[in-house]
Amino acid sequence: MLARRVIPCLDVDKGRVVKGTKFLNLTDEGDPAELAERYAREGADEIVFLDITAAHERRGTMLEVVRRAASCAFVPLTVGGGVRSVDEMRDVLRSGADKVSFNTAAVATPELLTACAERFGSQAVVCAIDARRLPVRDGETQCWEVVTHGGRRATELDAVAWAQRVVELGAGELLVTSMDRDGTHSGFDTELLAAIATRVRVPVIASGGAAGPDDFVAAVRDGKADAVLAASIFHRRMHSIASVKAAMAAAGLPVRPIEETLS
Amino acid sequence: MSGAVRVAVLDYGAANMVSITKALAAVGADVAVVSEPAGLADVDAVVVPGVGAAGSAMSHLQERGLLEPLRDWVRAGKPCLGICLGYQVLFESSAEGDVATLGVLSGRTEELVDAPTLPHIGWNSVNAVRPHALFDGIADGSYFYFVHSYAPVPTDERIVLARTTHGRPFVSAVASGRTFGLQFHPEKSSEAGLKLLSNFMGLVAPASGVERG
Repeated sequence: MLARRVIPCLDVDKGRVVKGTKFLNLTDEGDPAELAERYAREGADEIVFLDITAAHERRGTMLEVVRRAASCAFVPLTVGGGVRSVDEMRDVLRSGADKVSFNTAAVATPELLTACAERFGSQAVVCAIDARRLPVRDGETQCWEVVTHGGRRATELDAVAWAQRVVELGAGELLVTSMDRDGTHSGFDTELLAAIATRVRVPVIASGGAAGPDDFVAAVRDGKADAVLAASIFHRRMHSIASVKAAMAAAGLPVRPIEETLS
Repeated sequence: MSGAVRVAVLDYGAANMVSITKALAAVGADVAVVSEPAGLADVDAVVVPGVGAAGSAMSHLQERGLLEPLRDWVRAGKPCLGICLGYQVLFESSAEGDVATLGVLSGRTEELVDAPTLPHIGWNSVNAVRPHALFDGIADGSYFYFVHSYAPVPTDERIVLARTTHGRPFVSAVASGRTFGLQFHPEKSSEAGLKLLSNFMGLVAPASGVERG
């Protein structure tokens, strides 16, 4: 049976893992390849690198990060941030990534998803959807709006309709982040996740709001997510991948056991 | 084993060559990335990696002049490991684009039936149909990483080593003599994957006594 994945996300700025609050107060947290290898050893089912380097400071540093990570962490690697063309995606994949995640670029040029899916297969194309709750008027159901640029820009796109559209365009997986919950440690927006996951056939990765193992369980059980992503709770050692997986297994969810070779 | 096993990883435009070459090196292989037929002259085994579409894989193999040499290699009973798309193209044809493939194993690649999600992405358990040295030291039901929407349906049940269930069960590993095929990615499957690649190295070492089927 297909296991539900637990995915640590590493924010990378100019080749180093950083942490901060909403892109502010960044502190150096170490080498991305070393951290990826450590997470792989601790049972991570996949690693996501989010490149937050400002465009004018990018000089292939992310490609080198991916190359080094793929040389020591033998789990799937996804890179998000900064990829805007088929050729750029090719370079990232050839460096050792398995998937590329598109966010702002997908909203700006949706046909990029199709071009990349035709070239590399939809399994390599992840579409990241950042969504924010809209006010509910009497008698209407909850809706979410797609936002870009870290939540600073509204798009007027309905998140559920956008999810269905990007799957038609070629996205093979959706990384759904609740901007209402991101960084708040108040749990995933399981309503948002379920609204999307029940309407698309591709896997949905839950993101934004993880505080503890119970939230991972809820994202899968109530949000119908196939995978759950988190950053700070792992980086800050608030919870281990093992404790998250133990909670999921205890709730009857299929997880890949952490290997016995783990020292 | 005397000396490292020399393994050619076929580069026919498949995206990620880093993971498979580094994983093979991690289990002691002497790895060469090969994109032309001459590269096959001096090696003990060939690995056909790959994700993507069957049709484009076949045309890339054709463009690089690798199609016939690879077919000859397998038909001569020399060691070959096909991974994911590289496994699918060993069979006769693929429903993905309805293309003819290498045809060194009999059967056709079909879309997964009744799959709850497609593509099938993630870690799934690989359940042994019969024991084989390729899985030595790996617990039955161990999880490996999959990324695909299609899988081969072999005509010959005797080559089936393992099945995996996503919707309905499909064939996730085969062995026919010294030809091996895996629908999952050992190079992305952490310790279990490295163990399997290490077993493959043992099976294809020049001095090994694996019988040809």
